Amino acid sequence: MRTRRPMLVFSLLAFGYAFLYAPIVSLIVFSFNESRLVTVWAGFSTKWYSALMHNEQLLGAAWVSLRIAVMNATLAVILGTLAGTALVRFGRFRGRSALALMIGAPLVMPDVILGLASLLLFVAMEQLIGWPTGRGMTTITIAHVTFSMAYVAVIVQSRLVRLDPSLEEAALDLGAWPWKVFFVITLPLIAPALAAGWLLAFTLSLDDLVIASFTSGPGASTLPMVVYSSVRLGVSPEINALATVLVLLVTIGIVIAGISMQRRAKHS
Amino acid sequence: MAGPKPALGAWQDPSAAPLVEIRNVTKTFGSHYAVDDVSLTIYPGEFFSLLGASGCGKTTLLRMLAGFERPDAGRLLIGGEDVTELPPYRRPVNMMFQSYALFPHLSVADNIAFGLRQEKLPRAEIRERVAAMLELVRMGDFAGRKPDQLSGGQRQRVALARSLVKQPKLLLLDEPLGALDRKLREHTQFELVNIQERLGITFVMVTHDQEEAMTMSTRMAVMNEGRIRQIGTPSEIYEFPSNRFVAGFIGAVNQFEGRVMEQRDDLLLVRSDVAGTELRVRTQQAVAPGTPVVVAVRPEKVLLTTEQPPPGDNSLSGSVEEIAYLGDVSIYHVRVPGGALVEAQLTNRARRAVAPLTWGDPAWIAWGADDAVALLE
Repeated sequence: MRTRRPMLVFSLLAFGYAFLYAPIVSLIVFSFNESRLVTVWAGFSTKWYSALMHNEQLLGAAWVSLRIAVMNATLAVILGTLAGTALVRFGRFRGRSALALMIGAPLVMPDVILGLASLLLFVAMEQLIGWPTGRGMTTITIAHVTFSMAYVAVIVQSRLVRLDPSLEEAALDLGAWPWKVFFVITLPLIAPALAAGWLLAFTLSLDDLVIASFTSGPGASTLPMVVYSSVRLGVSPEINALATVLVLLVTIGIVIAGISMQRRAKHS
Repeated sequence: MAGPKPALGAWQDPSAAPLVEIRNVTKTFGSHYAVDDVSLTIYPGEFFSLLGASGCGKTTLLRMLAGFERPDAGRLLIGGEDVTELPPYRRPVNMMFQSYALFPHLSVADNIAFGLRQEKLPRAEIRERVAAMLELVRMGDFAGRKPDQLSGGQRQRVALARSLVKQPKLLLLDEPLGALDRKLREHTQFELVNIQERLGITFVMVTHDQEEAMTMSTRMAVMNEGRIRQIGTPSEIYEFPSNRFVAGFIGAVNQFEGRVMEQRDDLLLVRSDVAGTELRVRTQQAVAPGTPVVVAVRPEKVLLTTEQPPPGDNSLSGSVEEIAYLGDVSIYHVRVPGGALVEAQLTNRARRAVAPLTWGDPAWIAWGADDAVALLE
């Protein structure tokens, strides 16, 4: 029994990793496939990467997605931080529980409903006040902010709860005005939470297909939308190449984050 | 108490102008009275302690002086100015926090400079005053360190420097020594008092540690359930507690419940069943016969002998029930016929390995009428 247990543990581990990463590995492998057929291996090639470099539609969609994701993440961090701060630091103000509930709602609301609701709102607004004119990047960004700020608010809230309130009191006591305390003391101390919230909002936006499909208009197709529509016509290895590039970028990001966190842990 | 204190405290000088006036201040949290109609006057140069168990309202009172809590009723005056409505950043007051609250993302020097930077002082002056503060708390070599690279004692000194650098009229200290270990605490007590005397800043300290309050304060207020039970110098509070709560809270005390039989001038005769005899105690108050009263006497004022003492004010016979040998002193618990267990403390002046008294031995205890106090509430 004793000698067999490591084997059992090892095979469970291997199975777990395979379950998580086999699809990604096969995707990366087939991005270097010579053949146009995704399921048949015909030798090593990087031609799909050069094809990707010349695929205006895919690159354009990636650029749209990136811009939306950056704008969304930035706005979500600003609004989410304000909401989180209000919930933790402003005491029991009137409407606090309503705010807490409404902030949390997008976390559990199905994307389809959020997307449809946003679309109806945008159409109604255009008819009533003439803005936003048509649907495109602006409407996608607004729709993304409404749900990703909820995630940021939750992250900021949990960080603020653990922050010693006497730090802010000490700054007030030493003569700093409340707004200055927020910028000079509170913000630097919750910066890791802001960074995490920004990255999460960025990823959520980059990842989203459903809400973007509802709120997008002509000329504003995001990457997931383009990938999804092209897959319906048959998977092109170019998509594999694109996915491999994204996986590489994410891996680099995770490694950098891991190293800096380790350094910080050693530091303190 | 460290260093010579003026013979006459400012609180005894009728012409002295108070620095802090707390007038009938009340603060409630929900239905709970954290501070209940407290009035208090503190004079310049004092080291004043608010002493009490946790939840007695002392920290709330301190936070109201700092401006973090607003009283529901009453006024707060500092230097004659009404500060009740002023926010913390407009008060001539600084506070040293129990958790020290050092800004973790700033260096030691930047932490200390923070308050001066809010005043927009010239850089050279800031640098000079920060250096002087670092010197004062002996942290000059650590100016560039971050708080998480310091020991507890070092953090405490940085927190002190940061709260003193703006030269406030009044420094508030919330359990300043609470996070230090015992040995460091004793050393730091004297250091704090030294710094306070050198700078002449008025200190108001919150503590639950009676020894700390006794060692450091010029005066102290004993608090319980949101009210001040007694204000006085440490020796006044220890030797002349005005009620049972204070007598029991500060130091050890033997309390004998009884009833007044008669009063002869300033001598009170008290019939006490638990003592099993009649007790004599000196008092300045006029007390009617039949009034319930508690006679309180400190263990170190109780004389313990193996033979019957010459007739005096109070003497009881009993038997030794417990002995605690603490090195410098020994504490004896003697059961008297009335049922009370009396604590007597003896200084071990002679050097011997075997105590003259042991468990079960008959013994006599005695004290003078001046050594006890009569407590009516």
